[in-house]
Amino acid sequence: MTPEPKSSFVLAHRHLLGIEGLSKSDITGLLDLAEEFVDLNRQVEKKRTTLRGRTQINLFFEASTRTQSSFEIAGKRLGADVMNMSVASSSMRKGETLIDTAVTLNAMHPDILVMRHHASGAVELLARKVDGSVINAGDGAHEHPTQALLDALTIRRNKNRLEGLTIAICGDVLHSRVARSNIILLTTMGARVRVVAPSTLLPPGIEHMGVGVTRDMREGLNGADIVMMLRLQRERMNGSFVPSSQEYFYYYGLDQKKLAYAKPDALVMHPGPMNRGVEIDSSVADGAQSLIREQVEMGVAVRMAVLEALARNLPNA
Amino acid sequence: MLTERRPLLLANARLIDPSRDLDGPGDVLIADGVIREARRGIGAAGVPEGTEIINCNGMVVAPGLVDMRAFIGEPGASHRESLASASQAAAAGGITTVICQPDTNPAIDNSATVDFLLRRARDTAIVNIHPMAALTKGLAGEEMTEIGLLKAAGAVAFTDADKSVMNAQVMRRALTYARDFDALIVHYTEDVNLVGEGVMNEGEFAARLGLHGVPTAAEAVMLERDMRLVALTGGRYHAAALSCAQSLDILRKAREAGHAVTASASINHITLNETDVGPYRTYLKLAPPLRTEGDRMAVIAAVASGLIDVVVSDHNPQDVETKRLPFAEAAPGAVGLETMLAAGLRLVHGNEIGLPALIRAMSTRPAELLGLPGGTLRAGAPADIVVIDMDTPWVLDPIDLRSKCKNTPFDEARFTGRAARTIVGGRTVFEHAAQPAA
Repeated sequence: MTPEPKSSFVLAHRHLLGIEGLSKSDITGLLDLAEEFVDLNRQVEKKRTTLRGRTQINLFFEASTRTQSSFEIAGKRLGADVMNMSVASSSMRKGETLIDTAVTLNAMHPDILVMRHHASGAVELLARKVDGSVINAGDGAHEHPTQALLDALTIRRNKNRLEGLTIAICGDVLHSRVARSNIILLTTMGARVRVVAPSTLLPPGIEHMGVGVTRDMREGLNGADIVMMLRLQRERMNGSFVPSSQEYFYYYGLDQKKLAYAKPDALVMHPGPMNRGVEIDSSVADGAQSLIREQVEMGVAVRMAVLEALARNLPNA
Repeated sequence: MLTERRPLLLANARLIDPSRDLDGPGDVLIADGVIREARRGIGAAGVPEGTEIINCNGMVVAPGLVDMRAFIGEPGASHRESLASASQAAAAGGITTVICQPDTNPAIDNSATVDFLLRRARDTAIVNIHPMAALTKGLAGEEMTEIGLLKAAGAVAFTDADKSVMNAQVMRRALTYARDFDALIVHYTEDVNLVGEGVMNEGEFAARLGLHGVPTAAEAVMLERDMRLVALTGGRYHAAALSCAQSLDILRKAREAGHAVTASASINHITLNETDVGPYRTYLKLAPPLRTEGDRMAVIAAVASGLIDVVVSDHNPQDVETKRLPFAEAAPGAVGLETMLAAGLRLVHGNEIGLPALIRAMSTRPAELLGLPGGTLRAGAPADIVVIDMDTPWVLDPIDLRSKCKNTPFDEARFTGRAARTIVGGRTVFEHAAQPAA
């Protein structure tokens, strides 16, 4: 039998729709709780009973490997009954609207709904129609809060802090929910954030989100503690947003030469899945400064922390 | 030409250097391919021993012309024009730098082709040649090219040549992306749907000839759209070939708003008008079409005032198969490398523009816009120079043209003045043989 958690943190929100709206102490509370799950996940007996009797539905309208499986593992390790619904087999394929799907699912009394959707704001729409807790597993180019939390946990474990760090977020910021959630989280925690990308991959107005903006990797990486690379979707690299993967890699791909602009002890992150030779060179992705595999491990712990912190706030908890 | 060249003094000249607002008597000393000095009173006493001295007898010495828009068939259509033949024509016209357009076959839309072109030019051309690269892949107007790598390879600007990018989103992204590399986008402004089947200026003459017209709005609509996109993106933009008064108002407004917008007009559009088409003369079928006399006068006034920065030859060699056709079916375009200066001198003699303003538009401004070292007589600049005989009358016989194609709109035209000598990198690449007195 595993010991009860030391942290008694309760997330005082019904849903986790984004990092936006979380306070510094909310974030710290979630990260502290997640630390306990990191230790738990490294033991043979990984199970808890906090979510026993609870039903968790993973509703993914976009393909996902690591996020969906880590939410599934997280729920199961906490004792919930987890059901995965992928869009390929759902009624949405038959023309059902998102709201009808929500109402239908709600009638089955799920306690927690984890949802990913290709449209920004879709998760919030669902949250308004269901009685349980909703966790955003990525909505369009809006937010991906558990990714930002797992990134923060990874950084904190390696640098012992978030405040005062210089973090460069590089690549397709325009289409990235990971970038938005990370910008909000990291600036809330007192880190200095820069975004680095060609102008075509930066949303106009991004400078008002409290970040430095540069189009030049040398300038953007100079003195950085953390270099966070973003995935560039294949359909965006053939002349629509950038001319070619070749040119993109030449100017924006993270290789050893560009990484040398950052601090000598800088660490490299990527939310995955990676395009090797497009936004990141293999020698960096697999190199000594890479935290990419650790990010995946932290993903499970962070999602357990989110599930547990929300469950403590559920009715009849 | 491996022998060490002697220094050269161009003496007793009228120096015109728009980069310094200079117009006055003086001499130019050239050594090792660069201009050492250009000022009044260097004289034979002030030059190194062994200097070759050429007495210019009051002829004009100006920076060599920089032609920002010439279509050359290499690679792919060297039967129409090769880099070598184009450079011969350019030299004879006082042009020391030619900017070739990317609508070759294959198109100049990748760094390997830029590299090929620069090597080929180095080996075969007698003037400087720099390519503009395609703005979109295959000039298809859909996907932007590798603007960063192409610029690094030597492309001086980005254009889809005689094609307009109709998709505003593509243009917006290209302007946005190009700004990161400080790359200049050169755009031919014409709404292809408004052009439709049009083949000459819309109006009375087209109506009488029974030809479909191209309204000036086809140009203005696209230019107006582009000005909004420039305001949105902050990109560097150059309108490739404006032809009408309407466009000038749009351009002026954008300039006054402080946008990085410049423009060209072709030599044809400031010297000819729609009536020159006469009885379906296909050599005067151009794109954009020749406009009204009112448009011509407005455009030349804009060149004189500097609103239009650059005058281009819009050199476009077309052979018999593409020109000896009914007007509507003939290809547009005219050769112009060899006649741009002489045609421009007509305007000077007619007091429509001053010679310094003409040289500014044909040399100094294009060099500045493209970041090229020419266009000036400043010490240290490459010795790219034209010596201009302002006074000698002559008649153009197309047979004498060095271009492989003879589709000139100035067939049998009477000119006064021409390039007497053209110097590239200190070497004389053209010298007009004085005709024996008749």
